[in-house]
Amino acid sequence: MLSIKNLQAKIGEKQILQGIDLQINAGEVHAIMGPNGSGKSTLASVLSGREEYEVTEGEVDFLGKNLLELSPEDRAREGIFMAFQYPVEIPGVSTINFMKTALNQIRTYRGQQALDAVSFLGLMKEKMKLVEIDQSLLNRSLNEGFSGGEKKRNEVFQMAMLEPKLSILDETDSGLDIDALRIVANGVNKLRSQNNATIVVTHYQRLLDYIVPDFVHVLYKGRIVKSGTKELALELEAKGYDWIKNEVAAV
Amino acid sequence: MNVATKRDLVSELAASRTRSYSPADQALREDALTYLKNTGLPISKTEEYRFAPVTRILEKNFDSLTLSSQVNTVVSVNEFLIEGLKGNIIVFVNGSYAPALSKIVSNPDQIIIKPLSKALVENEEVVSALLNQKEDYKKDPFSAVNTGLWSEGLFFHVAKHTEVKEPVYLLSLNDASSAVSVHTRIVGWVEEGSEVTLIERFETTGHEAAFHTQVEEISVAKEAVLNYYKIQNDPGKSIQVCNTLIHQSDHSHVNTFTLTMNGEVVRNNFSIAIDGEHCESHFHGLYLLTGNTLADNHTVVDHIKPNSFSNELYKGVMDGHSKGVFNGKIYVRPQAQMTNAFQSNRNVLLSETSTINTKPQLEIWADDVKCSHGCTTGQLDEEALFYLQSRGINKDSARAMLLYAFASDVIATIKDETLKTYFDQLIAERLHKNF
Repeated sequence: MLSIKNLQAKIGEKQILQGIDLQINAGEVHAIMGPNGSGKSTLASVLSGREEYEVTEGEVDFLGKNLLELSPEDRAREGIFMAFQYPVEIPGVSTINFMKTALNQIRTYRGQQALDAVSFLGLMKEKMKLVEIDQSLLNRSLNEGFSGGEKKRNEVFQMAMLEPKLSILDETDSGLDIDALRIVANGVNKLRSQNNATIVVTHYQRLLDYIVPDFVHVLYKGRIVKSGTKELALELEAKGYDWIKNEVAAV
Repeated sequence: MNVATKRDLVSELAASRTRSYSPADQALREDALTYLKNTGLPISKTEEYRFAPVTRILEKNFDSLTLSSQVNTVVSVNEFLIEGLKGNIIVFVNGSYAPALSKIVSNPDQIIIKPLSKALVENEEVVSALLNQKEDYKKDPFSAVNTGLWSEGLFFHVAKHTEVKEPVYLLSLNDASSAVSVHTRIVGWVEEGSEVTLIERFETTGHEAAFHTQVEEISVAKEAVLNYYKIQNDPGKSIQVCNTLIHQSDHSHVNTFTLTMNGEVVRNNFSIAIDGEHCESHFHGLYLLTGNTLADNHTVVDHIKPNSFSNELYKGVMDGHSKGVFNGKIYVRPQAQMTNAFQSNRNVLLSETSTINTKPQLEIWADDVKCSHGCTTGQLDEEALFYLQSRGINKDSARAMLLYAFASDVIATIKDETLKTYFDQLIAERLHKNF
């Protein structure tokens, strides 16, 4: 589904990604872990199309298309979804209106008919139930005055609505208490299928108790320095990142 | 003669004076013009007109301000009506009352609506009590121009304890097939315990320059409510200076909404005297500018008595080469204790060539008050734009969505649904809302 080859990127003059190689297939969940400043969020940002980052080298192929040539909106329309670490508050735009616009622009791009109000509301009700979010929250301005948990739940709701092929969860656990974490993870798990894939970017192992990955990659100094299965995450939790750093230093 | 102008614009203006309606009116006009000859029109160094070079633009756009006969080819105003709005329609064409295009539907026992020239004779006592009470022409040179030259005006008088259901819609239409210079006036009195809605709209047809001054003096008595809307969406080459003076008595409410979108230069001097206790006043403004439009809102909120509340919110979006100006004065007089006065001015600049000059000015002499002001100027939030795009929304829609959201809290203050729909359409179109 997603094939990343020798991806290098910088912000300003600072080179952050130093050559990432990663292959993700449908049905898989990949966790990207690593110490602070290792480039995890940069990778997520580059994949979602943030303009501040300049790709200096490498290729990203998503379902046969050169992802790096697409605008952020076209990446979303092709099926990429980024759950933000810090979802933006937008006063004056209700989640419902915003989702309707987004969904219908995506459908138009795909040559599907726009949903009418009734079908849209029907779909919304169904997804609300799935991610346990209350309608009163969605009638309000997008994320305005939402708690950390409400914002993340709203991200998962949007994910459910847009049915992406590849979801990227950027530090979704940050700022969540254990109950909110469980609800958010439940939502994500319900959306998993053989046809879609998920990248979970996280600093801590905790989230991976709930969203169990098939593969774990450790990012350090802009490279994937170690890959393994979910046991690797447990090892990192027990031993910290220093042994990885030492291993890299030794090479 | 004004040293900053090559021509003697004041004399040109004064020469265009046509008539007066009573001996007292005649005397007042002469006083105002004499005063104007001594003080002159504002020049670039005049602090109050620093960012609004009205005089220079008049000189540039008019070969002569002594305009004799003014053409009138207007036969219908249908395109300038507000869909669904049922009420009184008063039409002025080039500063003259057009009875054939107007329609007064309200019961005269509830509200008297008539041309000011007529009211000066028939309702002399009331009018003279309201007209130029405090020599307001001395406060602004264009107010003096207007006092000397006004050709026609609107007079309305709401009886006591009357809720006038039909709004008063005043359409000032200027036919600029050739250059026009128009001076109109509003005098209004909302008596004790009454409520009325006034909607003003300015339009120009034709492609030549139009210079329009208007002075409004409205008195809102005890426990009365005034809802006031001003629509400045005139696509013509119009230079407009409005002086609005509202006086509030005890327990009265005033809600205003000024929408400015078009015109060459639009200057609004908006002045509210909160001369009563337990008054409530909400002033809203939205200026959404493109092209070369310059819109300058000068507001004065004067708290004279204690225990009143005022809230002012003006928002602007500037694109192209447009210029926005906001100057918000709040006075809290020594005896106006327990005043709550708030002011906020927020701006978005969409182009590198658009500008905004914003200046809050608070002068507070009372010590037990709550006052706050804030102004912000910025571009569209890139982070929010990216967020919307990352959900599959194209950049143009995302921009429109954010701008519309920016304006939405001001739109939300409009209570009347018909008017809200109308304003909403204008604003949505200006902001290219396509979602």
